[in-house]
Amino acid sequence: MTHRGDRTLAAKAIARVEGEGAMYVRVSDGRVEEVRLDIYEPPRFFEAFLAGRAYTEPPDITARICGICPVAYQTSACQAVEAACGISLPAPLADLRRLLYCGEWISSHALHIYMLHAPDFLGYPGAVELARDHREIVERGLALRRVANSIMEAIGGRSIHPVNVRVGGFYRVPAPGELAPLAEQLRGALGLALETVAWVAGFDFPDFSCDHELLALREPGRYPIERGTLASSGGLAFTAADFEQHVIEEQVPHSTALHASLAGHDGSYLTGPLARYTLNSRWLTPAAAAAAREAGLGPDCRNPFRSIVVRAVEIVCAIEEALRLIDAYQPPDRPFAEGAPRAGTGHGVSEAPRGVLYHRYELDEAGIVRSARIVPPTSQNQAAIQDDLRGFVQDRLELDDERLTRECEQAIRNYDPCISCAAHFLSLRVDRR
Amino acid sequence: MTGGPGTERRRVVVIGVGNEFRRDDGIGPEVVSRLRGQAPADVRLVVSDGDPTRMIEAWTGASLAVVVDAVLADPPAPGRLHRIVVDRAADAGVHPVSSHGLSLGQSIALARALDRMPERLIVHAVEAADVRQGVGLSPAVAGAAAALTAAVLQDLPADRGPTPDRARQA
Repeated sequence: MTHRGDRTLAAKAIARVEGEGAMYVRVSDGRVEEVRLDIYEPPRFFEAFLAGRAYTEPPDITARICGICPVAYQTSACQAVEAACGISLPAPLADLRRLLYCGEWISSHALHIYMLHAPDFLGYPGAVELARDHREIVERGLALRRVANSIMEAIGGRSIHPVNVRVGGFYRVPAPGELAPLAEQLRGALGLALETVAWVAGFDFPDFSCDHELLALREPGRYPIERGTLASSGGLAFTAADFEQHVIEEQVPHSTALHASLAGHDGSYLTGPLARYTLNSRWLTPAAAAAAREAGLGPDCRNPFRSIVVRAVEIVCAIEEALRLIDAYQPPDRPFAEGAPRAGTGHGVSEAPRGVLYHRYELDEAGIVRSARIVPPTSQNQAAIQDDLRGFVQDRLELDDERLTRECEQAIRNYDPCISCAAHFLSLRVDRR
Repeated sequence: MTGGPGTERRRVVVIGVGNEFRRDDGIGPEVVSRLRGQAPADVRLVVSDGDPTRMIEAWTGASLAVVVDAVLADPPAPGRLHRIVVDRAADAGVHPVSSHGLSLGQSIALARALDRMPERLIVHAVEAADVRQGVGLSPAVAGAAAALTAAVLQDLPADRGPTPDRARQA
């Protein structure tokens, strides 16, 4: 007998993180009866206190939702308000927005790969232990984050919670030549990023595949980052304005986060790197596309464990994009596009590092926010993560509780849930019957 | 390369760790704000979310790093100050707990593994009463801010003039 028929695995919440995760698994007669992933979602509070604020405020307020992806919040917020007010960005400002977002992708992905996720694959309890044995590897991750922070500082004014972003563009834009040192740093980082892809591609990946519908932005001709329309692997295509017609959120008793599903489609859906890659791999930048091929990625990737490879490829893509944007940069006449508030509703979407981030604002004629809605990627992915965990646990019931717990934690980290302490956010208690 | 006057102090950094939207966790940024204009001009003032990679970048190469952070203690005495001199190599058992999930202890452990510890590291911690979401320090922690700022100043090299009104973000 290699496994017990009835088992209950419960992971308690850990306090003092900006987002708390807990997991509960119940096994009865050798079948996984129930899997619940509970993620506490701070954004819900923000929706309430955005009401009554001026239309200029959501980018700065919502940036505070997440210390890892503030640019995603700022960008989706700006685009929603700009849509409501009829403001369109001239190309140089739109390019700067994309450049800033590239910085966030590099920073967030490098953090996740090196500090949070790679130790799982290499048998280390964390980045500290990995660093003791492989200092040069962890230093490479830090070097990538340093470049990312330089982009954030040059365009966003500072590296956490950028202060230079406003509705319509920026408060200040770089002078000609100001970005040259950044380009130099990025050229050096490109080699580090390619090394990262080769490194993670050599990990052992469990044989696991998810069949969720995948949802990502699409912007024909280039890899989606800061804007686009929505597309799904099942053939859905819609704009941000129709997001709430297609994405249905509902309460579930065990979670403060809402569960999302696609209207008219059974089951959960997944957003994030796997979805972005599978729906858009043809539009990767040249070095990123070549790195993906060499890493063994085909046009699709449906193994969540290989998301670490996709993230590494996306770092290459973001660096190439950043270099292209800097090379083409011509300072705009004005740092922002003017626009007066007007009554209406605007919708904005962008590809946060961990998936589609949707904002909607309803403004009155004075530009006061009457209502706000924010749908972050982690709440969209919650049901898909649970579904995957169910199958994952079912196939591994022969493992003892300690090993199963560890593998479940690793499986959850595949999705990079937006929990500031994704490293070891689960501590598992096992109740045996 | 030799530096000009003040080069040594240029290698001094004060890092205020915390999130001003988590009440008492904002004490680190608050102290950095108070130090502007009071700290020697060539002391770098940094506000950080406590992310270990950013912490390490902020203090790498420093002759002295002073970290200001909130801690939760059991039993609690909100407002009580602690000053801890962290050894470059040994585990000092420093585990301040802020609303950010990755602790200062992890930053120190990672810096040691990477040989990126500052020459001297001093942690000034204040016991928090409330790190829930919201702005504003609790009365106990607000009341300790002046003494905490003074304690940090005591650890800095002799004054040669006020800082420009600037602080960078790490």
